[in-house]
Amino acid sequence: MRAFDYQRPESAEAATRAQSGAEARFIAGGTNLLDLMKLEIETPRTLIDISRLPLDGIAPTEAGGFSIGALVTNAALAADPSVRRLYPVLSRALLAGASGQLRNKATTGGNLLQRTRCYYFYNPATPCNKREPGSGCSAIGGHTRIHAILGTSPHCIATHPSDMAVAMMALEAEVEILGPDGQTRTIPLADLYRLPGDTPHIETSLAPGDLITAVILPPPPPGRQLYRKVRDRASYAFALVSVAAIIAMENGRISAARLAFGGLAPMPWRDREVEALLIGEAPSPALFAAAADRLLATARTEDGNAFKSPLARRTLASVLATACAGNS
Amino acid sequence: MHVTLSVNGTEHALDIDPRTTLLDALRDHLDLTGTKKGCDHGQCGACTILLDGKRINSCLTLAVMHEGDAITTVEGLSTPDALSPLQAAFVAHDGYQCGYCTPGQICSATGMLEEIAAGWPSHVTDDLEADPALTREEISERMSGNLCRCSAYPNIVDAIAEVGGAAK
Ligand SMILES: Cc1cc2nc3c(=O)[nH]c(=O)nc-3n(C[C@H](O)[C@H](O)[C@H](O)COP(=O)(O)OP(=O)(O)OC[C@H]3O[C@@H](n4cnc5c(N)ncnc54)[C@H](O)[C@@H]3O)c2cc1C
Ligand code: SF4
Ligand code: FES
Ligand code: FES
Repeated sequence: MRAFDYQRPESAEAATRAQSGAEARFIAGGTNLLDLMKLEIETPRTLIDISRLPLDGIAPTEAGGFSIGALVTNAALAADPSVRRLYPVLSRALLAGASGQLRNKATTGGNLLQRTRCYYFYNPATPCNKREPGSGCSAIGGHTRIHAILGTSPHCIATHPSDMAVAMMALEAEVEILGPDGQTRTIPLADLYRLPGDTPHIETSLAPGDLITAVILPPPPPGRQLYRKVRDRASYAFALVSVAAIIAMENGRISAARLAFGGLAPMPWRDREVEALLIGEAPSPALFAAAADRLLATARTEDGNAFKSPLARRTLASVLATACAGNS
Repeated sequence: MHVTLSVNGTEHALDIDPRTTLLDALRDHLDLTGTKKGCDHGQCGACTILLDGKRINSCLTLAVMHEGDAITTVEGLSTPDALSPLQAAFVAHDGYQCGYCTPGQICSATGMLEEIAAGWPSHVTDDLEADPALTREEISERMSGNLCRCSAYPNIVDAIAEVGGAAK
């Protein structure tokens, strides 16, 4: 691990000012950042410990939703009684991720900003455009079992590994950000992430010094909420494919649908065209197949991840069948 | 850098490099070698300790971040003459072979039983709003962050089930 200066600012404002300097990183739970610092993939000169800032509350909002402090742990969020009752897709996604120990440390903000698990990104001996811009992508033409098939570019095919963010995408969460100028702004979660394009090292729309202070959940949408995760072992493994679904039915027809996908793309993936195609229709295998066709219309696969197309297709069909059945 | 760690009820003033993980501080600076280093990357659970009563991986946190926090290691769960209920159950059920993962298993199980008592659900809990039952399936899922290369899993689950008063 490279040497760094350790700082523990007393306030969120002081933290953003400290981080806006060069090569500084916030540390919250540390479960992703320290992993990468040990491998010298992250080499901050200054480490700003935000773990003791008072951003660890879950509070109702005036709009009827909830504000989740950036430092609420993944364990506390999953176990929160309101979240379990009103946003079960979020509890389920969190509980499907990592381990009991990791969830006790991992935070809401850190989970959103965790970096890819691409094997080549993790191996400093191999070229990687995300780690070293311009050096090339070792995954393309290499081992790609965990890689993305949607939203990729010829420069990077890494996935975003979070489960929590997939559920939050379906819930239309917003991210509250405090900048070093002292101003707070709120953006849709979808606008936090950037697709790789030709700059895969730029992963978010955050500027230096921007501190995530909270995630805002709107009031729970109508319908049944489900999270399904398919992985290489039954527990403690990242998703190959995951689906967050919120489906409402009226008179035997789908009246509202929100779908978000993990394991398929560089960010939690939502495709409104897929949702639009379902709304107003009666559930059927043919409809679910048409939804999968739409989802995968732009898929680009490698040898190692081509299996994700049929896997996503079957997982989507199964989730939709379950969501519609329990729900008429 | 100066930091004072409170470990198993005793305060220790240390002067350490800020890069020192909590795991290395415990093992190399405080000679508390019960806590083990397996992977050093959050993947095995051998380094599990209790931080303010919650189980965490001590390899993925820095010692300087834990000034004043109550840290409990396997050495703090008992004395050599009076084992904790989980320690005694691991002995009675042969919940290990080489024993390398055992301190992490026992600290993790100690924290896990508290989580069940607090009503926290898991990935395999059917009803998110009901109090979870301590079935074998629940124990396995909740303990999935602790790997055992010797694969003593059935006996580990037996030991935890006995202490937790598991439903069959
Ligand atoms: C073995 C293992 C298995 C895992 N399995 C899963 C899994 O199955 N599913 C899953 O979703 N995740 C999984 N994870 C990842 C885990 O969820 C993340 O490591 C964790 O959520 C990161 O949160 P943290 O608070 O520890 O972040 P940190 O490591 O502290 O920070 C991560 C990044 O976010 C930045 N950051 C943190 N907080 C803020 C903030 N408030 N504002 C701005 N920037 C911030 C940091 O600067 C850093 O760049 C796994 C991790 C491990 C080690
Ligand atoms: S997929 Fe992205 S992260 Fe992986 S090697 Fe290619 S550029 Fe790097
Ligand atoms: S040594 Fe910490 S999890 Fe393996
Ligand atoms: S007893 Fe040997 S690793 Fe578990």
